[in-house]
Amino acid sequence: MKKAGINEFRYGLKRGLPIALGYVPVSFTFGLIAVSGGIPVWMAIFISLSNLTSAGQFAGTNLIISGAGYFEITLTTFIINIRYMLMSLSLSQRLNKEMNLPKRLLIGYGVTDEIFSVASMEKGRLNFPYFIGLIIGPVIGWTTGTALGAVISTALPDSLSGAMGIALYGMFIAIVLPEAKKSKPITLIVAISVLAVCLLRYVPVFKMVSSGFRVIIATVIGAGIGAVLFPIKDDTVSDEVKVEASAPPKETEKEKI
Amino acid sequence: MMDLTYAFIAVLLMATVTYIPRVLPIVIFRREIKSKYIKSFLRYVPFAVLGALTFPDIFYSTNNIYTAVAGTIVALFLAYKEKSLVIVAVGAILTVYITGLII
Repeated sequence: MKKAGINEFRYGLKRGLPIALGYVPVSFTFGLIAVSGGIPVWMAIFISLSNLTSAGQFAGTNLIISGAGYFEITLTTFIINIRYMLMSLSLSQRLNKEMNLPKRLLIGYGVTDEIFSVASMEKGRLNFPYFIGLIIGPVIGWTTGTALGAVISTALPDSLSGAMGIALYGMFIAIVLPEAKKSKPITLIVAISVLAVCLLRYVPVFKMVSSGFRVIIATVIGAGIGAVLFPIKDDTVSDEVKVEASAPPKETEKEKI
Repeated sequence: MMDLTYAFIAVLLMATVTYIPRVLPIVIFRREIKSKYIKSFLRYVPFAVLGALTFPDIFYSTNNIYTAVAGTIVALFLAYKEKSLVIVAVGAILTVYITGLII
């Protein structure tokens, strides 16, 4: 039993290694951006360790740098992370019987897009040692990359760190555009959401809406209209979500956490 | 100088709302969501969020709107070519840096 556990753990480690390597350059960029925005090095590392996510922690950190309120920061981060519920739901159906509450609490921490993808590709029930092995590498990759980027950022000339402000948005574009290319609904949803956020920003009536809430309102409008116009057919949903999320990490997909 | 207490509390809040959606379904729900609308909504949320976060803020992300527009165009082009996140980000940074030197 013990022996089998060690083997499962090792197998998980092996499966997590490519994810870990894919995380380094992305978290490196995060470390650079966070520190050039005024976040201390130790806190950038702490953000990566405690959040272990890309879009959510990027957006949250962005709001911290701009001095937004707690409620805005919390709500924006939460909305971006709602998608994890789908992945965790799907994983919850696959866990083996020995997974008690503490083990489930630990595994929950490690549900990223890529870890979910790899785990859901495995055959049969998923056990605890495997998950721990799978999660450890990516956590180390994500925090180490952040630390490197954070430290190097302190040594960058001002002119270059001024240009870093666009990096985050560049990464957002890199996440969305390839998906929008493949899917008309996604293109339309992004367009609606951008249009909504622009209206909220530039139409004087909406002046009192703060930036975090603009994003939240626009998201609900965009994704809401999308869900009504293009509901994913019931029996294809699980498949489609799975195919999208569980394709073996491709060049682009490997890097969104 | 950043208010560290403020930033630290904000990070803890972020960590909490990142952890909850990940752990709740594993701990509590054992059944799948049935509504195709809710499922579709959840699937579309990340794209809507990222779109709203990026535009129009990207145009104000540097000291100069022209360098930002140049960086945006390069980012769009590289992303359309399905380059990796890092390549797109670095391409945008370098474009902003170089156009900033020229302007």
